[in-house]
Amino acid sequence: MTRLAIGIDLGTTNCALASAPPDGGVPAPLEVPQIVAAGEVSARPLLPSFIYFPPEAQLGAGELGLPWNPEAREAVGTFARAQGAQTPARLVASAKSWLSHAGVDRRGPILPWGAPDEAPKISPVEASARYLAHLREAWQAAHPDVPLAEQDVVLTVPASFDAVARELTIEATKLAGFEEPPLLLEEPQAAMYDWLARRGDAWRRELAVGDVLLVIDIGGGTTDFSLICVREAEGVLELERVAVGDHILLGGDNMDLALAYSVRARLEREGKSLDDWQMRALTHGCRAAKEALLGDEPTDEHPVAIPARGSRLIGGTLRTALSRAELDSVLLSGFFPEVAVDVPLEKPRRAGLTTLGLPYPSDAAITRHLSAFLRRSAEARLDPGHSFVHPTAILFNGGVTRSPMLRDRILDVIRGWVEAEAGSPPRVLEGADAELAVCRGAAYYARTRREGGVRIRGGTAQTYYIGIERAELAVPGIPPRLDAVCVAPFGMEEGSEVELEQSFGLVLGEPVSFRFFGSSARKSDPVGSVVEASEVTELAPVETTLEGAAGEIVQVNLHAHVTEIGTLELSAVDAGSDRRWKLSFDVRGADS
Amino acid sequence: MEQIGFWARLWLAFILPWRVLASRALATRIAHAMRAPAEALEPASTAEPEHGPEAGLPELEPLGSESERDQTTALQLLAILQREGRLIDFLQDDVTAYSDADIGAAARVVHQGCRRSLQEYLEIEPVRATDREGDVVTLEPGFDSARNRVTGNVLGDPPYRGTLAHHGWQVKRIRLPELVPGHDARILAPAEVEIS
Repeated sequence: MTRLAIGIDLGTTNCALASAPPDGGVPAPLEVPQIVAAGEVSARPLLPSFIYFPPEAQLGAGELGLPWNPEAREAVGTFARAQGAQTPARLVASAKSWLSHAGVDRRGPILPWGAPDEAPKISPVEASARYLAHLREAWQAAHPDVPLAEQDVVLTVPASFDAVARELTIEATKLAGFEEPPLLLEEPQAAMYDWLARRGDAWRRELAVGDVLLVIDIGGGTTDFSLICVREAEGVLELERVAVGDHILLGGDNMDLALAYSVRARLEREGKSLDDWQMRALTHGCRAAKEALLGDEPTDEHPVAIPARGSRLIGGTLRTALSRAELDSVLLSGFFPEVAVDVPLEKPRRAGLTTLGLPYPSDAAITRHLSAFLRRSAEARLDPGHSFVHPTAILFNGGVTRSPMLRDRILDVIRGWVEAEAGSPPRVLEGADAELAVCRGAAYYARTRREGGVRIRGGTAQTYYIGIERAELAVPGIPPRLDAVCVAPFGMEEGSEVELEQSFGLVLGEPVSFRFFGSSARKSDPVGSVVEASEVTELAPVETTLEGAAGEIVQVNLHAHVTEIGTLELSAVDAGSDRRWKLSFDVRGADS
Repeated sequence: MEQIGFWARLWLAFILPWRVLASRALATRIAHAMRAPAEALEPASTAEPEHGPEAGLPELEPLGSESERDQTTALQLLAILQREGRLIDFLQDDVTAYSDADIGAAARVVHQGCRRSLQEYLEIEPVRATDREGDVVTLEPGFDSARNRVTGNVLGDPPYRGTLAHHGWQVKRIRLPELVPGHDARILAPAEVEIS
């Protein structure tokens, strides 16, 4: 039987799975059965990435039962999100952001973050595994004769995921019962593949050599940028992903919350106070009003009704409205301000929006993050002659970018930047469903890998370094200075391997650990080049114990290998005997 | 299916709890039987109508039989409308005491939530989608009297010509969530107790 191509979008706020038939048909999303209310199961294409642990006494037996697990004791999906919002100590959310957060023990039971000890807790890896397991079971329930393990599966990760977060994602698939590790694909590339799939061969007429494509992916909780260049090789157009931005924890949810705070402040000035429950209702109301005001038929204001929690609906409901002016000042000026391209990001200044331990950005202006990304990419050899990369085309992805007004705003800002340097403004590649493009594109890519078709080249999205203490005269109280030595350059393709010439004498039988760093900004450091450790970002350390006769000293070289599935493997290799010891990431976090 | 009598039911009621506890397979079959109505409706949406002048529109199974299974579906829909749109809160209140502004504010909550639920679980469309209200329409002989109600000066046999006063509504597709076994649909909304 022919294998199906399957794409999985493990999102920060929503997950989805799509499958592509081998005959060239359009990838179709799977309707995922999930608990939508206590005792009710409904199938929907999006599975909200939330887990809710109900207290023992809260729900009757079987109220969270799924077709494949009638005795489920926790909820994943729609009900988890709704119920968990009222009981945050029992809600796991944003697991993916925690997966890429180096400051915590990512295999330790830390979620729900900040919950009291008596509540059940799981690790970010385990949480991601639960979403994946849910999707796997849903697939298996819908297609009992088509085992997922025997299909070609592609799993998407943010372009900004470093080697450690990628490794942990693969670990989650194992926990979730995936027999073969899926291939990893960057989300903005998946969105691009979806566009290519929709265009068919026509894309060759729409893109030309020299085009620089900017993918702007603004989801519920994260924002991601990527640059893809169109080049020519042997007369054939080629696509290459040349730069990725940082992982920015900023998305539609922040915007809804910011609007709700603004409306609440106005209501409080009018002498009306809201409790927590009403605040959540207000946030939902603001989302609906935002979508209406940003939609195709703009109005001057949209009513927002905030019900009271008790059964007295009439009389207890507060009525207000979200006006266009308010939306403009909060959303456009707050998140998409018209700034000059050379305005630096605002430095940390804790805003009232965030309280959790995730590294939320201190600057909420997406346009400033974008200009920083484009400027940085220009420094890295991309667009000589300009102070920042001038994109020639833009592909939008993510729920927020469904709004024509926000798209226009972003375009206006970019147009202003490039026209100031006498460039011509970019055009927009019309996408389709901003919420399902990633899983569809991933399924399309899985099929392309087998059957051939246009591919986006890219390789590793960061340059990786290990830390080596400088040999210099010891000074009491001052730690030796640390050099970061490049072990894996930017853009290493799947299946390739590089070797660091410098060798180390290591003692067999003893644990060995290297500090490990990454940078998505430094793109031209070759293997072995030395940079200041302060210029790169520290990731989790790599460690191993060299098995062998204890006490013996061996001379080893470090090898970096990018696996076929897209993870990075570091090994210590004894040049004499060719023995290999794989180094693994230690993700216990700062307190280990 | 053959109906069973009172004594047989009493016997069944007596032995069933033990048999259900003892046999997972039997429990599963019973659970499926109890869930049946929601599933039974779905095939109807794809069934081809066999006759009638409005071919192409799906036939629905008759709703509203007195069996308990159908009542569960009705209760489930009410629970959804309460959960998403506070419909029961709205209807159970006495509106005479309130100002129109208060009622209007509450109606927005009801409208927004209930509308979203209807769109999620039901596909509702006009019976006569192609005609506009106020248009003159013709009902040919053999027209479907369940879909078209003739009023006014009805004399003789069809064809009838008249003005379309209301385009009607019909459910094209219903896809309510499946209920897990043992779910008590009579609880439209549980009492909520906030632990501080």
